[in-house]
Amino acid sequence: MNPFRRSPFVITATVLVYFFLYAPIVGLILYSFNASRANVTFEGFIPSFSERVVMDGSLVKSSPCGLFHWYCDLAKNDDVIEAAGNTLTIAFTATIIATVIGTMAAISLQRYDFKIKPFSQLSLYIPIVIPEIVMGIGALTLFSQFFGWVNDAFNLSGDARLSLGMTTVTVSHIAFMVPFVTLVVQARLQGFDKSYEEAAMDLGANEWTTFRRVTFPMILPGVLSGALLAFTLSLDDFVITFFTNGPGSTTLPIYVYGLLRRIITPQVNALSTVWILIVFTAVLLLQVIQSREQKQH
Amino acid sequence: MTSEFAVEMRDVVKRFITPEGSEMAAVDHVTMQIKNGEFFSMLGSSGCGKTTSLRMIAGFEWPTEGEVFIEGKPMGHTPPFQRKVNTVFQSYALFQHMSVFQNVAFGLEMEGAAKDEIEKRVKRALEMVQLTGMERRRPKQLSGGQQQRVALARALVKTPDVLLLDEPLGALDLKLRKEMQLELKALQQQLGITFIYVTHDQEEALTMSDRIAVMSKGKVQQMGTPVEIYERPSNKFVADFIGESNFIEGKIKSLSGNEACVFVPSLNAELIGMPISDGLVKGEEVTVCIRPEKIHIAEKNAVNQNMFRATVTNTVYIGVDTKVFVDAHGAKLKVWEQNRISRLDPKSFYTVGQEIWLMLMPENTLVLKKD
Ligand SMILES: Nc1ncnc2c1ncn2[C@@H]1O[C@H](COP(=O)(O)OP(=O)(O)OP(=O)(O)O)[C@@H](O)[C@H]1O
Ligand SMILES: [Mg+2]
Repeated sequence: MNPFRRSPFVITATVLVYFFLYAPIVGLILYSFNASRANVTFEGFIPSFSERVVMDGSLVKSSPCGLFHWYCDLAKNDDVIEAAGNTLTIAFTATIIATVIGTMAAISLQRYDFKIKPFSQLSLYIPIVIPEIVMGIGALTLFSQFFGWVNDAFNLSGDARLSLGMTTVTVSHIAFMVPFVTLVVQARLQGFDKSYEEAAMDLGANEWTTFRRVTFPMILPGVLSGALLAFTLSLDDFVITFFTNGPGSTTLPIYVYGLLRRIITPQVNALSTVWILIVFTAVLLLQVIQSREQKQH
Repeated sequence: MTSEFAVEMRDVVKRFITPEGSEMAAVDHVTMQIKNGEFFSMLGSSGCGKTTSLRMIAGFEWPTEGEVFIEGKPMGHTPPFQRKVNTVFQSYALFQHMSVFQNVAFGLEMEGAAKDEIEKRVKRALEMVQLTGMERRRPKQLSGGQQQRVALARALVKTPDVLLLDEPLGALDLKLRKEMQLELKALQQQLGITFIYVTHDQEEALTMSDRIAVMSKGKVQQMGTPVEIYERPSNKFVADFIGESNFIEGKIKSLSGNEACVFVPSLNAELIGMPISDGLVKGEEVTVCIRPEKIHIAEKNAVNQNMFRATVTNTVYIGVDTKVFVDAHGAKLKVWEQNRISRLDPKSFYTVGQEIWLMLMPENTLVLKKD
């Protein structure tokens, strides 16, 4: 056995890492069952079920949902439902488009030599390293300038006027996701031997069939990890969305931020808990799929 | 079959731009005619342009100059999927995400064959390479030799006119390689398909081929049957690359018909009655070439002609042969003597320092232009 595995240092470090990773999450979940409406101190669980909500000052004494009072509260909140819908719509649309663009970019960067290739490669890192707020402001400036120009040029009025909304958020998300997808897929392509493609063509497959039947299945794990990364980045993006959203395109992070500015009720915790649960299930599912794939190979 | 030649390379040049920015010819004015049903090998050391030549036939590269013909038709920029040749890759390039069956069926699916037809032909191809029962395995779950067979079946199932093989046995161990050499040769004869086989292993090429092209630095040095290549190498490179040779520098002293008298300064002697090839003239510097197993050792000077005194400098016993290294007036020569009688007595072998006589038979020597 590895002698380092039992050393006190390793054990302490492990415990500390897990503590700082998971203590906030555990706390957050715990507080979603808080009886107190002002969610600063834990005032105990909501004690009992009853026909209606009974409040004692800022304490919830009983509720039809009992312990899950804040979850019921959440479910009745149409704004949350809408924000969740927006978030998922944006994340799905942007992920699909960014994955296609990013994968194509990765393949052409690996396969072809062209004059501006070093520049193209470098330009991938720029959106990753520059502060998100700069990208956000940049996107906002671009959109308002462009929209102003179009609106004036075509004399658009009323609903026809271009304005910030779902589309601008989605486009901005695609813009910051593409480099991530490209880099992840590129890493997968590094070890890709072109003789697989040559073998396929040798056996009678044309370029498209070769891509569909051989290249794509072989890089699929890379494409999926890229897409998953992009998806999670989109789900919890705040800064860029903050600058580019408009009426009717509020996403969950923006909505939560709005709530926090008024009063922090355990409803926020309930929302976060549901969110964590969904993400956790998705990741677990992915793990299962991947390990099953590996066993087959 | 419309043409006498399955594949023809006519004055083909392939230039690459090196990373340093200069041009280099990987294949330099190569002309080869490969007959239908022939087992043809390209033999040469690493980097001599074998793979590049093969890739031009398969269609993965296009010649910079010259033309490749398949069945008499110029190929131009015809893509690989429209050429009736198939390749067995050195790395096998088996599709990792497909089973053995799917790998072999891939080429037939591309032809649009019916499902039961595919099943029948895949089954037959796998039988041919003795892999029945492995259909559902993934390439990763097979040994190197089995993967090699899948690669072979995958190419053969398409019943190509020409099969290209790029060092297909390179990754196998010696014993398996020898077995596979014989199997491949038998398969080729049974199917009557033209094989173009790339190898850097001369024994492999000699064992399997009908004809061999010996290549060096992008050029064909000699093309011929294994016997021709070994017994009548056309230049010093081939004589040195195929098997082993002794080279003795000399000068043509006189000519009579097809025979020459060569003066060898290092032996301070004349070689009489040496057969010569065309184009050699009196006074020309030449290299006399003789295989180590074709030199005779004698205890004493019996014939007086083409015999030299030499001192044994080392002997190595390797079972079949004893390798005797000698020094003849400063010329270092090697002589292989077959151990035709069973003996143990050390005195029956040559000993270091022993004086012997070497005899060169004119019919066993070659007089080559000095290069
Ligand atoms: N795509 C390429 N770009 C630049 N140079 C190349 C390219 N392909 C091959 N070469 C060069 O051409 C020469 C011949 O290469 P080739 O692969 O044909 O050699 P080979 O005879 O097959 O050698 P080996 O036995 O090592 O496989 C080498 O010097 C190689 O570096
Ligand atoms: Mg090669």
